[in-house]
Amino acid sequence: MAARVDALYFFLLAIAIFFGLLIAGLIVYYAVKFRRRSPNAVGARIHGGMLLEVTWSVVPLLITMVIFVWGASVYFAMARPPDETLNIYVVGKQWMWKFQHLDGQREINELHVPVGRPVKLITTSEDVIHDFFVPAFRVKADVLPGRYVTIWFQPTRPGRYHLFCAEYCGTRHSGMVGEVVVMEPNEYETWLSGGAAEGSLASAGARLFQDLACNTCHRPDAQGRGPVLEGLFGKTVTLQSGETVTVDEAYVRESILTPSAKITAGFQPIMPTFQGLVTEEQLLALIEYVKSLQAQPQVTAK
Amino acid sequence: MSTVLQPPRHYLNDGYGVRSWLLTRDHKRIALLYLAGVTFFFFVGGAMAVLIRLELATPPGDLVTDETYNKLFTMHGVMMVFFFLIPAIPSVLGNFLVPIMIGAKDLAFPKINLLSWYIYVVGGLFTLYALISGGLDTGWTFYTPFSTVASTTNVIPAALGIFITGFSSILTGLNFIVTIHRMRAPGMTWFRMPLFLWSTYATSLINVLGTPVIAITLLLVAAERVFHFGFFNPAVGGDPVLFQHLFWFYSHPAVYIMVLPAMGVVSELVAAGCRKPVFGYSFVAFASLAIAVLGFLVWGHHMFVAGESVYSALIFSLLSFLVAIPSAVKVFNWTATMYKGSVSWETPMLYAYGFIGLFTIGGLTGLFLAAIAVDVHVTDTYFIVAHFHYIMVGGTIMGYLGGLHYWWPKISGRLYNEGLAKLSAGIIFIGFNLTFFPQFVVGYLGMPRRYHAYPPEFQVLNVLSSAGASILGVGYLIPMVYLMWSLRYGRLAGSNPWGAVGLEWTTSSPPPTENFAETPHVTWDAYEYPAAVETHVA
Repeated sequence: MAARVDALYFFLLAIAIFFGLLIAGLIVYYAVKFRRRSPNAVGARIHGGMLLEVTWSVVPLLITMVIFVWGASVYFAMARPPDETLNIYVVGKQWMWKFQHLDGQREINELHVPVGRPVKLITTSEDVIHDFFVPAFRVKADVLPGRYVTIWFQPTRPGRYHLFCAEYCGTRHSGMVGEVVVMEPNEYETWLSGGAAEGSLASAGARLFQDLACNTCHRPDAQGRGPVLEGLFGKTVTLQSGETVTVDEAYVRESILTPSAKITAGFQPIMPTFQGLVTEEQLLALIEYVKSLQAQPQVTAK
Repeated sequence: MSTVLQPPRHYLNDGYGVRSWLLTRDHKRIALLYLAGVTFFFFVGGAMAVLIRLELATPPGDLVTDETYNKLFTMHGVMMVFFFLIPAIPSVLGNFLVPIMIGAKDLAFPKINLLSWYIYVVGGLFTLYALISGGLDTGWTFYTPFSTVASTTNVIPAALGIFITGFSSILTGLNFIVTIHRMRAPGMTWFRMPLFLWSTYATSLINVLGTPVIAITLLLVAAERVFHFGFFNPAVGGDPVLFQHLFWFYSHPAVYIMVLPAMGVVSELVAAGCRKPVFGYSFVAFASLAIAVLGFLVWGHHMFVAGESVYSALIFSLLSFLVAIPSAVKVFNWTATMYKGSVSWETPMLYAYGFIGLFTIGGLTGLFLAAIAVDVHVTDTYFIVAHFHYIMVGGTIMGYLGGLHYWWPKISGRLYNEGLAKLSAGIIFIGFNLTFFPQFVVGYLGMPRRYHAYPPEFQVLNVLSSAGASILGVGYLIPMVYLMWSLRYGRLAGSNPWGAVGLEWTTSSPPPTENFAETPHVTWDAYEYPAAVETHVA
């Protein structure tokens, strides 16, 4: 991806150098060739020329349209992650990056990933807007409070790469930096197993699901007062209003924090809000748990 | 024309008391009041830039604390954008020239014109108070929820200062629009107007239509800070990105508020510097209007990485490329104007060369930013910082200084030292490029903007930039000296030292309070040069 961005960049650079030199060259050439030779001399009475005007309107227009299509097509590829990715959750806060691996490892300001695999980051912020920027990968996206923004990249070479916060976020903004450590797959496996993990992220979510008593209403047997969550993630549900919504990270988050916003058809708006009771990281664990719930053979998702 | 070379009475000696200045309704005196104001804020903002560049000479944050550094770049931006770049050319050169260029005695609403200056001063003092009493650390962009929830600095006084100053922009814009519509001298048709008036007119449209949006947006920020409404704060149901839409809906057109007047100045400089009509007059005139209109439709290109949907990003990218075309048309027309001209090497023309060159680089690097895939990498880095300084400093300030040098003999009635003026124009050009060109490189290499400390591998380019800034600073101080000096010791300028055409050169220097002894009747097109010109230097 970095190579594709750079190819466009160097094309733009060539265009910029060509037109920059053209204009600068003409100015210097005319300024010398047509310099005022007597104090009273005036210039030729030339008012304009339609052919030239059309030329220098249409040619730049065509060139910019080429750049537009090129830039947009690379952007399309950047915006759409592949289907099979290594997922990692990211929480930004003033002034640090917190990473949560699915296997349970947690890191601060350092992110370990294997080389050659597409990595998808699901990011959010605890406070103000931050921005996840890895110059070497040509990757940058604002990390927004209250939303999940997805970023993906595929490292091609092992090494350590700068990670910067690129959206001004307050006093220690320039200290909100870290490193992405790209490792050979086997080293990565060693690193993964070496962590003092307390089980996977989904299992932490499962414990939380019990502790918060979510399981009293969201039961796998369709007898609870809340919708069955098994196999729900990624499906489309119908709301009371008749609208439909896809169950993604943002919908699960909203349903925990503001349950009354989008009630599934057939259920009462009786779930209390968990706003202020769960942290961003706990939310991510709950989401990962919901994702991990496979559909039971006898139960169909509402 | 029938007046003698040194008129017994002109606008500068028509009363000497403080009251004769502070209660004046003469657009020319109000222009000078603005000149004092914008010069003051330029040097306040410049002093902060000096401290920023000193801090960035070394990678660790060792000169000032991170808190102070954040306040420095914030107030540098606020001062320069709202109190120098936006008002500079319209309020100083526009105020002085709009009535004279159309052959009128004054603007349509002289009292409102004076009111605009007072509003500007009050807004400026408010902001200065915010600065002195603790500063502001939100960046000039006031991004939420940082500005409404997290920042502990003087957000409300600064926002109020900008809010107040906005009315000055609106009133001045309104004044220009009405004046250009209603007060043109007999025979001064729209297509006989100097191009500076077309760009001033286009700028005024943006000021009148756009400024209310930033005013309301800043009020919402203040309201959310005080009353904890949920406009922008997601914790109480707001949307932080909504702020960015509202902010850039004004602040992108504001870029054109800053650069369109400079384009107008450059059209005048090039015509007078080549003593021939601007090539493709109507294309240059309509390009100004096209920029004003399209400029309102591209705000979303500031938000390609801010969670904008893929499809809105595509549309904003496309529109951003379109707005580049009228700017390119202008550059080509100015260059073509030089062909077979009687091309001058005097100071105003040197600034025009500088403007065209630097604006071209600024514009071409804008293409990088309109191409979404490249923008993702370079946005919020020093590449952006370099790009907008090429437009605002390389463009607007070059245009402003070129215009100031071109019309200074008319404004003051005196000539400045041409040698020193050329020298400082050269110093500014070199200092500017040394300051900002390395920032393109360090930005592409990945250095984020608004960083108090940075990784050591970026130091060489930062040192180059800081060295350039010190040269640039010297370049800006020299004109202060010789322009002041010329007020007392400069040679008398005469009515038309450049041998230029245009109504302003038909009246004496400095002009009488009523501008013309008798109302001119215009029977000629703009930039219609006779077979040879005479220069009227006393």
